[in-house]
Amino acid sequence: MPLLRETGEAVADAWTILPDDRPVPAGGAVVVSLKRWREERETLAGRDAPLGVLLPSGALASDVAPDLQRLGLIALDFPKFRDGRGFTVARELRERFGYTGEIRATGHVIADQFPLLVRCGVSTVQVPDTAKLDQWQAALGTLTIAYQKAVAGEELPLSLRRFKVA
Amino acid sequence: MTSSTGPVGLYQYDAVDREFVHERVEQFRGQVERRLAGDLTEDEFKPLRLMNGLYLQLHAYMLRIAVPYGVLSSTQMRRLAHIGRVHDKGYGHFTTRQNLQFNWIKLAETPDILGELADVNMHAIQTSGNCIRNVTTDQFCGAAADEVIDPRVYAEILRQWSTNHPEFSFLPRKFKIAISGSPADRAAVKVHDIGLLAKRNAEDEVGFEVWVGGGLGRSPFVAKKARDWVPEADGLAYLEAILRVYNQFGRRDNMYKARIKILVHELGIEKFLTHVDAEFARIRGPKFALDPELVAAIQARFAPPPLADLPGHCPEFEAAKASDPAFARWVATNTVAHKAPGYICATLSLKPIGGIPGDATSEQMEAVADLADRYSFGEIRVAHEQNLVLAHVRKDALHALWTELKAHDLATPNIGLVSDIIACPGLDYCALANARAIPIAQGISERFADLDRQLAIGDLSINISGCINACGHHHVANIGILGVDKKGVEFYQITVGGNAGIDAAIGDIVGPALPAEEVPAAIEALVNVYLHYRKDGERFIDTLGRIGIQPFKETLYAAAA
Repeated sequence: MPLLRETGEAVADAWTILPDDRPVPAGGAVVVSLKRWREERETLAGRDAPLGVLLPSGALASDVAPDLQRLGLIALDFPKFRDGRGFTVARELRERFGYTGEIRATGHVIADQFPLLVRCGVSTVQVPDTAKLDQWQAALGTLTIAYQKAVAGEELPLSLRRFKVA
Repeated sequence: MTSSTGPVGLYQYDAVDREFVHERVEQFRGQVERRLAGDLTEDEFKPLRLMNGLYLQLHAYMLRIAVPYGVLSSTQMRRLAHIGRVHDKGYGHFTTRQNLQFNWIKLAETPDILGELADVNMHAIQTSGNCIRNVTTDQFCGAAADEVIDPRVYAEILRQWSTNHPEFSFLPRKFKIAISGSPADRAAVKVHDIGLLAKRNAEDEVGFEVWVGGGLGRSPFVAKKARDWVPEADGLAYLEAILRVYNQFGRRDNMYKARIKILVHELGIEKFLTHVDAEFARIRGPKFALDPELVAAIQARFAPPPLADLPGHCPEFEAAKASDPAFARWVATNTVAHKAPGYICATLSLKPIGGIPGDATSEQMEAVADLADRYSFGEIRVAHEQNLVLAHVRKDALHALWTELKAHDLATPNIGLVSDIIACPGLDYCALANARAIPIAQGISERFADLDRQLAIGDLSINISGCINACGHHHVANIGILGVDKKGVEFYQITVGGNAGIDAAIGDIVGPALPAEEVPAAIEALVNVYLHYRKDGERFIDTLGRIGIQPFKETLYAAAA
């Protein structure tokens, strides 16, 4: 599935999202479920390769807060595009816990959500194979004005002084 | 003040606001095209069109146009009249959310309609969908004599903050915020997801009393007090904290349990507030503080209109009342004191006897626009009771205004009386409704057609909803009427004792639902019980409070039997 950066650029995916029934390889960047991370933390933490965790919808940013130093990627699952919990999780990871690694949106998201995800701190979005990438890229520039502060454009205070986001 | 800000008393969009609205129109045009090309499924398109105010109803699309905090200019009203004439059937419907709905819209025409609205700085953004909806307030804001804080300033700040909010556009369910700046609370703040009462402390600083978890619908709740005082600067941070807790913990497994009121109810207010307080403690501070310069800049946009320096006593006005009893009666019911001497706020009733509550024809909208230009600085308000308001009328011109209003059937002297009925569109239009609301309103209105009798009955609210979603706010009416479906037949459940004001209360069910044809007589029977027991000066709600529901129950079911 294509992977888009927050700029809209398609990039190669360095990570493998690992189902729970597959063994964890010794090398390579893998993403494990939150459940598996909790159960196999000792083994996984000692592994000498990049590790990410996939948060199911409903998990909170605080569920991985103590481990953020060790995690190179946090993937947020959107089971339904209408399920907007991931927007808050992304924002909390950035604003509350200061996470600087990759935050990835996976599952069912639509192009119109792309700019909102980016403004909440998401760095990559996994889009369906059938997606028309030009529509996703265009979505980033459709609305160029934002009325409120989010994660993107950190420097300014929440002023409601409208600023350009695209 | 530069010319780009336009007339005072109305927030005029500047170049940035206009650019945003136009971009949003183009965004929606693109979404419609992607839907038609199959790049968006109907399931994916639905919330996008809803966030642009477009519903699919029983017979056609309905477009719900935002009237932010219920204030609009004569130019905007003329544009609504034009759209009604060209794209609808020559009328529109003002709603309890202070918005305007057109009920006969073609999907293909909507991007153009939105473009026509954008030309006069209007839109339909977030009038539906699981997002923060149009913020509502007191229809007499900036004018009422009893006002402490002008709520428009904060309503506009909330409008900006909530517009396309990146984190809160896919909430568990819709989210409604109301704000009042007067102790009388004409905005029904305690039956909203968040209700704000703007007030001043002993140091004359502005802050908010915050209420949370109110709402009507299937599970009605009066809101709980979250904080007695949130300083102005922290207002948005506190709202962000509430919304963030709701977005994380609100139920998404059952749409009927997804509103914040259910979360507050299930967690309990203490536990809910523990989460909110923790979030608030983290996020309050410079980044989320509301900049006093910004507040001042928006306040300047809402400066009072150039009111003349008039004496409080107006001999012409007093003489007109003395010589024209019909005028005097209209003044008694349809006006409210203005904060400036020599001025008064006038309510234009959209509840003519036997009419459809909240409906206005394109001709009436144009007439109101002209009257607003001549009598009230070109400014109009929509009341959540589905009437219109000219807020700054000179007392010495009021008789002339009233005379003109009569010619347009906008002078029914019934504000607050038994025929000032709130009703949702009901089964005549709405895909959700179980029963019709409009004919019930018409039937009651005709039964009480005698205006002298209405005046003798006094202050009494009747609200009608065509289904449990309660768009007609039946729970908070003195007499509430709820349409239900019993095996394909329309029945109506009656409640008494609701109140939408500062003493908000949910009404109690009187007894089994009644068939449509018995409703007007049943309402009359309830009114007669009140008149029988009434003591001097008591309103319906006072008498009910004193004698209890039982006499009403007995009479209603004796009458219906």
